[in-house]
Amino acid sequence: MALLEVTNLGISFGGLQAVSGLDLSIEPRRLYGLIGPNGAGKTTVFNMLTGMYAPGEGTIRLDGVDITGKNPAFICKEGIARTFQNIRLFQDMSVLDNVKVGMHNRVEYNMWHGIFRDRTYREKEAQMEERSMELLRVFGIDQRAQLKASQLPYGEQRKLEICRALASEPKLLLLDEPAAGMNPNETMELRETVRKVRDDFGIAILLIEHDMKFVMGICEELTVLEYGRAIAHGDPETVCNDPRVITAYLGGDDD
Amino acid sequence: MQFLSYLVRGISLGSVYALIALGYTMVYGIAKMLNFAHGDVIMVGGYMVFFTFCKNQVPPVLAVLFAMCVCTLLGITIEKIAYKPLRGAPKLAVLITAIGVSYFLQNSAMLLWKSDPKSFTSIVSFDGVTLFDGNLQISGETIVTILVSVVIMIALMLFVKKTKPGRAMQAVSEDRGAALLMGINVNGVISMTFAIGSALAAIAGALLLSSYPTLTPTTGAMPGIKAFVAAVFGGIGSLPGAFIGGILLGVIENLSKAYISTQLADAIVFLVLIIVLLVKPTGLLGKKTTVKV
Amino acid sequence: MEKKGKMKKTTKTTLTTFGFVAVFWAVIEILTVSGHLSSKLNGLLIPVCAYMIMAISLNLVVGFLGELSLGHAAFMSAGAFAGIFFYTTAGAELPVYVSVPVSFLIGGLAAGILGVIVGVPVLRLSGDYLAIVTLASGEILKNVLCALYIGKDSEGIHMSLKDQFSLGMAPDGKMLMKGAMGITGIKKFANFSVGVVLIVITLIFVLNLMNSRAGRAITAIRDDEIAARAAGLDLTRYKMIAFVSAAVFAGFAGVLYALNYSALVADKFDYNLSINVLVMVVLGGMGNILGGMIAAIILTILPELLRGFSQYRMFIYSIVLIVMMLFNQAPAFVSWRQRLMARIRPKAAGKQDGKEEQ
Repeated sequence: MALLEVTNLGISFGGLQAVSGLDLSIEPRRLYGLIGPNGAGKTTVFNMLTGMYAPGEGTIRLDGVDITGKNPAFICKEGIARTFQNIRLFQDMSVLDNVKVGMHNRVEYNMWHGIFRDRTYREKEAQMEERSMELLRVFGIDQRAQLKASQLPYGEQRKLEICRALASEPKLLLLDEPAAGMNPNETMELRETVRKVRDDFGIAILLIEHDMKFVMGICEELTVLEYGRAIAHGDPETVCNDPRVITAYLGGDDD
Repeated sequence: MQFLSYLVRGISLGSVYALIALGYTMVYGIAKMLNFAHGDVIMVGGYMVFFTFCKNQVPPVLAVLFAMCVCTLLGITIEKIAYKPLRGAPKLAVLITAIGVSYFLQNSAMLLWKSDPKSFTSIVSFDGVTLFDGNLQISGETIVTILVSVVIMIALMLFVKKTKPGRAMQAVSEDRGAALLMGINVNGVISMTFAIGSALAAIAGALLLSSYPTLTPTTGAMPGIKAFVAAVFGGIGSLPGAFIGGILLGVIENLSKAYISTQLADAIVFLVLIIVLLVKPTGLLGKKTTVKV
Repeated sequence: MEKKGKMKKTTKTTLTTFGFVAVFWAVIEILTVSGHLSSKLNGLLIPVCAYMIMAISLNLVVGFLGELSLGHAAFMSAGAFAGIFFYTTAGAELPVYVSVPVSFLIGGLAAGILGVIVGVPVLRLSGDYLAIVTLASGEILKNVLCALYIGKDSEGIHMSLKDQFSLGMAPDGKMLMKGAMGITGIKKFANFSVGVVLIVITLIFVLNLMNSRAGRAITAIRDDEIAARAAGLDLTRYKMIAFVSAAVFAGFAGVLYALNYSALVADKFDYNLSINVLVMVVLGGMGNILGGMIAAIILTILPELLRGFSQYRMFIYSIVLIVMMLFNQAPAFVSWRQRLMARIRPKAAGKQDGKEEQ
């Protein structure tokens, strides 16, 4: 059974059909790419998958659980985590605390334990600290743990965002244009990181990109979106040679 | 009849709120800040009219014009000295500074003109009208207040929609950065906004004091807050919104005073505000803003 | 290694903060014992403590949650009235060591309940809209309390929102609350140590909260609401925790404050008071609890010391306020200060640059 099963997903904003009739099926441990030109509705799909928007129609099932239209907290607990196109870190918090926030629903204790600093508090905090540092180490930013997130260079901010997402122990990680704003070197490094995350954590990754080269080099399966509809699906090779995809990307003459 | 009379007086009070609220809302739209000192500009305007017209018999129109000039200068100066350096600073810093300016104006007035209440003579000299066989009396102040604010409202709308500086204001309010890139003199537009808002405050001060003739250094504070509420009520940033908000606020206040309780009138006004915001979180005519994910 | 450094950092902040309170307490005690404390200053001790608690608690909302509240005085007022109402009625027959703590509990509870009532609608809004609704709530409470008359006679409790006469009390009746005149004839209970203990309790709560899971959630929401939602945080829950906790402590502050005077009027807790507390928080540095406390002390004592020039007192205050804000917050000044600091302490600046490299 597929890990993520999306059927006939659709949403419209004030008459504009942003996404319609989208089917996705992502196997566990799959590196899956959702590509398409600007404005094709990729991020909207992410927003529906994570519960930021309630879909107008269709269903989303994660690991057999129906998560359609559930709130983000519920979906996060079920096992979907994401990053954002324009990095959204908790800028004024330390790198370590950013990761700990990601762990919010995995290591729990109520506020009174915190206020009385009892044993539960100390144990859980120690546990969080250890796990967070481990995660940061995987990305090579454990030395930065005490810095404010805003003090990190751009590339490391991207890594921290992934780190925070992983802290919620997702089954499926959504990456929204992870290579945006990166130079070729950083992009290469990122490709390695993404693969490493999949291998080490054994999770499925769905990523949005419009940098075709990046996607081709890394994804095992692709869906191409145009005007909110899937126009092609398959392995990179097939998709790349699909005439509709070529038209969508080259846009006839002018684009 | 009784009801009509309360209603008309409510509209009159509301018109004053509307004039002040227009200033609030314009400044908010352009500078994205709550100018807490706006209410105190009314008070300064009031004193100006008091010293020229009430004390020295300067013709009322001239007195009001003089007050408008003083307030305009005051508004521009405040903006240049206190607010402009804080552009790009956290919103809260600007807010506290505005509160500081408000205290400054109140206490300067206290030092200059002492805190004892001055009794203001109405700038309106005609007696008003009596309708329905004397059952409904409308005072001259009421009529003038309502007329003046309607005229100003229309003029302001035309200014913003039809003239070049007006469109520049709209552009700055939509997107300051883009307006700057389009060659709009953003600083000029902001100064102009403060100037217009302050001039309106002067008129509002003269009209308010003509109906409620006690002038002290804190006269502007409560109408200022009420107008702020009116602006939020109508949807802050929207000119018609501020106008409608002001009128509604005045009417609600006056009717609650008449029919429910004098002491609780303000509480009712604020309660209505809260309810409106719960139903329409950006006010009656406010634009909905969404954050893109 | 890093881990140790971090523990040290938060512990250090905590220690400095508590250390400051200890020093504050010791200095005042020494001054009192040696008879160097003027009666004027002595009368200010409890208000100072109350404002310190107000500043600490408002920091939860403004500094840590990042929402602007212009109505913190309302919670102080609710606490003061509820606590004092009990203190002057049922509490009057109890020994002080029972009636005072119970008054505090009742005050805190009342303020907390008000916090929930106000918080539910308010926290659905944001930014300036939230600010105006908190202001409005404060004004509503003030107006209602100013119009509230409560009396008690042989038939029981009478209440009215109009005037004393509409209570229709029997001649033996006693007024408990007289509208704008509030509650009078309070048996004063002013004890500096109680104030300090309350400050310490507030500090323990706030500091420990902020260094825990819930506190991180609150700051995360401040920094980025969307990311916080995506990370699975229940926004409403944590906003409420911050808002209601702040209200409860403001309620304690209210009781403490009111016990210091023989009369309690609602007008005292107007929006100017809310603004004053906000100024303390901002001047002390948002999210900086120690700074907020120091600002509370200075801003409460300074105006009183300036009583001599009472005419110019508020005038000077307003100018200081504007200048401070410009100096601390104006981008031009901030960068000027940073350049200055870089010149004075090139080492520190160099270290900063080093971090940016690699």
